[in-house]
Amino acid sequence: MKRYLFWFVVLLTILAVIVDLPKSLPPVKFNIGNIKFDWKITRPSLDQNIFGTNFTRDLEIKQGLDLAGGAYLVFQADMDKLNPSDKDSALESLKGIIERRVNLYGISEPVVQTSKVAGDYRVIVELAGVTNVGQAIELVGKTADLSFREASSGANVATSSAFGPFTVLTDLTGKDLKIAKPAFNTQTGQPIVELTFNSDGAKKFEDMTRRDLNKQLAIFLDDQLLMAPTIQSVISGGQAIITGSFTADQTKQFAILLNSGALPAPVHVIEQRIIGATLGQESINKSLVAGAVGLAIVALFMIGSYGLLGFFADVALVIYSLLVLAIFKLVPVTLTLAGIAGFILSIGMAVDANILIFERMKEEIRWGRNKMAAIELGFTRALPSIRDSNISSLITCVILYWFGTGPIRGFAVTLAIGILLSLFTAVTVTRTFLRTFSKN
Amino acid sequence: MFDLMRYKYLFFFISLLVILPGLFSLARYGLKLSIDFTGGTVIEKNAGGEVIRSELVGPVIGRETTQNAFYSVGLASLAIILYIAYAFREIPKPYSPWKFGVAAVIALFHDVLVVVGIFSLLGHFYNVQIDSLFVTAILTVIGFSVHDTIVVFDRIRENLRKTLPAGRQAPDIFTQVVNESLVQTLGRSLTTSLTVLFTLLALILFGGQSIHWFVVALFVGVFSGTYSSIFNAAPLLVLWEEKRMK
Repeated sequence: MKRYLFWFVVLLTILAVIVDLPKSLPPVKFNIGNIKFDWKITRPSLDQNIFGTNFTRDLEIKQGLDLAGGAYLVFQADMDKLNPSDKDSALESLKGIIERRVNLYGISEPVVQTSKVAGDYRVIVELAGVTNVGQAIELVGKTADLSFREASSGANVATSSAFGPFTVLTDLTGKDLKIAKPAFNTQTGQPIVELTFNSDGAKKFEDMTRRDLNKQLAIFLDDQLLMAPTIQSVISGGQAIITGSFTADQTKQFAILLNSGALPAPVHVIEQRIIGATLGQESINKSLVAGAVGLAIVALFMIGSYGLLGFFADVALVIYSLLVLAIFKLVPVTLTLAGIAGFILSIGMAVDANILIFERMKEEIRWGRNKMAAIELGFTRALPSIRDSNISSLITCVILYWFGTGPIRGFAVTLAIGILLSLFTAVTVTRTFLRTFSKN
Repeated sequence: MFDLMRYKYLFFFISLLVILPGLFSLARYGLKLSIDFTGGTVIEKNAGGEVIRSELVGPVIGRETTQNAFYSVGLASLAIILYIAYAFREIPKPYSPWKFGVAAVIALFHDVLVVVGIFSLLGHFYNVQIDSLFVTAILTVIGFSVHDTIVVFDRIRENLRKTLPAGRQAPDIFTQVVNESLVQTLGRSLTTSLTVLFTLLALILFGGQSIHWFVVALFVGVFSGTYSSIFNAAPLLVLWEEKRMK
């Protein structure tokens, strides 16, 4: 049994190293005599079918927003005007609309979630990799009131109003617009804007086009005129196309602005955090250095304090780091800067268990036991202490996860994984090494 | 065996010495709260004038973060008292596991006060702000402080079990046992904290700017936590026992 444990640890370590490797390594080139070796090693990703469920992992570290750069936005919906029974569905459609808007920007892996906190209806948006802070701020934009107005048919065209000659508010509003999309005219290739109204809106729109045939229909966002296209035909069915001398960019902008007004309930931003990517990259590099230095100091200290035992603890510590990293890749755990700090902190705490065991062993030897007995007793007697003391840290990790968001959760998760794994390595790995190498 | 417990009032006095400036600063200057709690906007630009960070926190979120801070610390403390009372439930009578729990939590509050007090001073003199990461640090310190305290209590429990069957009731047998336990565990208590402090030191010196004060808070807290486990929690138990025996 003990022999198998040793090889199990070795196997686990090798697997961990494979998982931990970066996707592509520098090519390996060397010569032996006249034979040339030129290898390009790429680390495989995981794509297995285990017990019927597909298990695919690309085994890259998932970076949180504070590392990759990006935007974190929380919108709160003003549900006051809605019936209580409509609120949940309104939140869902809000989520859908925001998702579509985000997709227009072509952001990879956006995260859009709804959240109901004590009667507040919220939508949380995470956009990774938005490197241009100004652009991200623009994306938040104004989520405002979209209105369709007609020119007054009377003689008193009030040009002093904020809406120019378009003083008549129709009953077509943002709520009726399902979505606006930038597109291209299939024949001329010109950039156009496609509007899709929902069933209510389609009817209202049809009436309006009939009323205002050959006249201008003004589309306002708040009190800003977006566009005033001329109605060229009666449109039923709710699909309309706006043509003009637009550039592709302009049609995209229009679509975004139109969509921002097409919300079932007004929303406003209650939290917005945008971080540029370079800040994150610097932090990663610094953390790597800090981690390496920390590991080195602890390793030296252990050898200094416990000699050969300390060396075994250090090997266990390195294996521990590899295993934790592998778990981060496998789950995958989204790594934040605080999360990295949690990982480094857990390195210092991981060696704790070993110290407790070694101190206990020293005591047992002092009390007259022989070496082998001291090893076994050291482990068994120290275990309750190790277990109890780590549980308290785990309790705070749970509380941190429950109350925290983003970076705080990242910290809680990495610390918890670190603590759990350190229990494993301290007991299994160190014990195995000691047993194996103490046979002499 | 060196009698540590004779100096318990000295240890309490040292604790007071460290806490008082912080408390005074708290009362006088309060804490420099970041927008996480107060709400507001922060925009950070780099040397070239580009915006590299922009944060906006509405008052609703600010309020929530503040509430959560208090709830989480309160909940953590409660959970810990319960956990210790449970873990030490077979402590021989008439010693109460609840006393162990409360002593641990008092030591833990000591640590929180030390960190918060120091950051009040830092806030006043160096404009260091308290953000939600700071609350994370406090909770981590709580977890670690108890971690350390349990190591000490564990040994006390073990020694109590060993000595007690052989006719107890000498009033200072508890004091003796605690003293022994402390002397025995001094080595490992200090060593385990040392390794954690090393890794934190590496982060302080080489780590990223945005978590710098977070790590400093952890460092101070772990340091204080080690002190309080040995020189506050255990002597407190002794003090209680002595009062009870009178």
